[in-house]
Amino acid sequence: MSADFLFGVEVLLNGLMAGVMYSLVALGFVLIFKASGIFNYAQGVMALFAAQTLVGIQTGLIPFSHLINAMLGTKIHHFGWNVPTFIAILITIGIMVLFAIIVEKLILKHLVNQEPIILFMATIGLAYFLEGFGDLMWGAEIKKLDVGIPQGGNLWIEESTAFLGGDDFYGFYLDTLDIYATVIAVILVASLILFSQYTKTGRALRAVADDHQAALSVGISLRTIWVIVWSIAGFVALVAGVMWGAKSGVQFSLSLIALKALPVLMLGGFTSIPGAIIGGLIIGVGEKLFEFLIGAPFLGGATENWFAYMLALVFLIFRPQGLFGEKIIERV
Amino acid sequence: MIYREVGDFKTTYRADGQTFPIRFDRWRYYAVLLVAFAVVPFIINDYWLNAVLLPFLIYSIAAIGLNILTGYCGQVSLGTGGFMAVGAYSCYKLMTGFPDLNIMICVLVSGIITALVGMLFGLPSLRIKGFYLAVATLAAQFFLVWMFNKVAWFYNYSASGQINAPERTMFGYKITGAETSAPVTYLFCLVLVVILAIVARNLTRGHLGRSWMAIRDMDIAAEIIGVNPLKAKLTAFGISSFYIGVAGALLFAVYLGAVEVGEVFGIQKSFLVLFMIIIGGLGSIFGSFAGAAFMVLLPVLLKNVLVGTLGWPTDIATHLEFAIVGALIVMFLILEPHGLAQLWRIVKEKLRLWPFPH
Repeated sequence: MSADFLFGVEVLLNGLMAGVMYSLVALGFVLIFKASGIFNYAQGVMALFAAQTLVGIQTGLIPFSHLINAMLGTKIHHFGWNVPTFIAILITIGIMVLFAIIVEKLILKHLVNQEPIILFMATIGLAYFLEGFGDLMWGAEIKKLDVGIPQGGNLWIEESTAFLGGDDFYGFYLDTLDIYATVIAVILVASLILFSQYTKTGRALRAVADDHQAALSVGISLRTIWVIVWSIAGFVALVAGVMWGAKSGVQFSLSLIALKALPVLMLGGFTSIPGAIIGGLIIGVGEKLFEFLIGAPFLGGATENWFAYMLALVFLIFRPQGLFGEKIIERV
Repeated sequence: MIYREVGDFKTTYRADGQTFPIRFDRWRYYAVLLVAFAVVPFIINDYWLNAVLLPFLIYSIAAIGLNILTGYCGQVSLGTGGFMAVGAYSCYKLMTGFPDLNIMICVLVSGIITALVGMLFGLPSLRIKGFYLAVATLAAQFFLVWMFNKVAWFYNYSASGQINAPERTMFGYKITGAETSAPVTYLFCLVLVVILAIVARNLTRGHLGRSWMAIRDMDIAAEIIGVNPLKAKLTAFGISSFYIGVAGALLFAVYLGAVEVGEVFGIQKSFLVLFMIIIGGLGSIFGSFAGAAFMVLLPVLLKNVLVGTLGWPTDIATHLEFAIVGALIVMFLILEPHGLAQLWRIVKEKLRLWPFPH
């Protein structure tokens, strides 16, 4: 096998890994969209906020210390303790649940029956608020997130695939973190599917997703369901935030993955969980391969910025509801 | 009491159909124009021009543009930053390619070029609707910014990748370049703003505006009563992009002078203009001005209070600004989904009857 072909395969594998990461974010979108019809732009910022909170609790940062310092002229920054990762994760999940309750109480409750586009803009506002709030609370500097997942190239895979090529081929380079992320994503999706299929709450979730009014009429509380869904989305955001944060540090650019998740959603359809996964994989592989085959040699590189959107745009012209989305029926 | 239509008789259709049918409203409008043209240029200084007035005027044009597309025609666009970049770069290419061309013509032609690009990216709107379209316009945003970054022809192969506005004059006064005087650039933008606002106002009152609003309210129903969706959507994209392109050209040539595309015309700019029209009021020309004024003034005000008076570090002020802007947007959507323009309408209704309760 030629080295170029093997390198292409490596690009493909890395694209799959990146795709899994996109899917993780897209999953949160789909959950909220199915249950409440809200297109939650704040999902990416939620991931950032969750990761910030996790790091902050882990390292014992004092919340709002910058703000307090600026107001009172003190110089506080740390409590001086380190919280074990597991407990920190539990506290962070608690905070995300609290966040879900607050969002429901302060925003969603008042926006029932508004047009979807108004709700969408409300979540953009929420995203801005949360971004500023998170930075005020924990500081804006780039933080290192360490939850005990090993990083760097996976030697075992490299060594065991080295025989495929010639002397100049050292085996496939895959990041261990990406492999962990893939496994975690698979577990997460499987448990979400099991949860929505076999538990009472899950069944209520599906009922709400199907028809709000019918669900209300059989005695399902919409507001409880919304809190649950936003909590789950917060949890998914935490997982995505931890994975992306461990990979590239907890910083502002993390919230931009929400923008990357949008074409994934368009491709997969807004209402389909499998769609989010497959859409993520297509986008991940597509943009890496496009960059490798066409972008870098002919177009000057950095095509990853827009390829996903263009792919989704072209795709949508032929299938406006996405790959797995429900058919859009319009009536007058 | 103040807003009275009593005794204000109209004897011609022309008088009945004018933009401001109430006499007081009309006089207020003339008074605002008089102050803007005859008073402000004499008292203006560089700080006010650069911090408040120029951004306000330029963003007003962009907000009117986006309002035509989103507020009147109901097509949500997140590609505003990209279209502004098209305006800025076409203005740059025109200014450097044809040094003798009048700056006003440069700006307007860049608007037309942007309109063509906007119509191209508006084509998918015929098949894609709602959120899907909003995300599809992101394709325009990212692709255009990437293109202006990578294709060296657009920035004349300069080493820094920046574009710099060369010096241009009009009637002997410097409009762009290093040594411009505050009243001149102010008047230049003001003239454009006033003309474009009047055109927009009349467009939205006429046949075209009504077909946009029909499409916004329900596109299928509009199609059934005979509105051509192709024509309505594409004209909305075209005209809206013209405005946004002019705003982009002004932002580059008159206001900033030097531009690096990713920094100035990134996705943040798309959101900024979107916020302007949400806070100002969707589907209202006055709302575009109100929203632009609000979003331009808020950071200046916060910065003056927090950094200037309280002496906080700038980064904290910036974060606080983010949180406040976000909270305000959510609050506006909950309390008054139709924005500042609706508040203004309510005040007007009250003023009509004041001081009587009914």
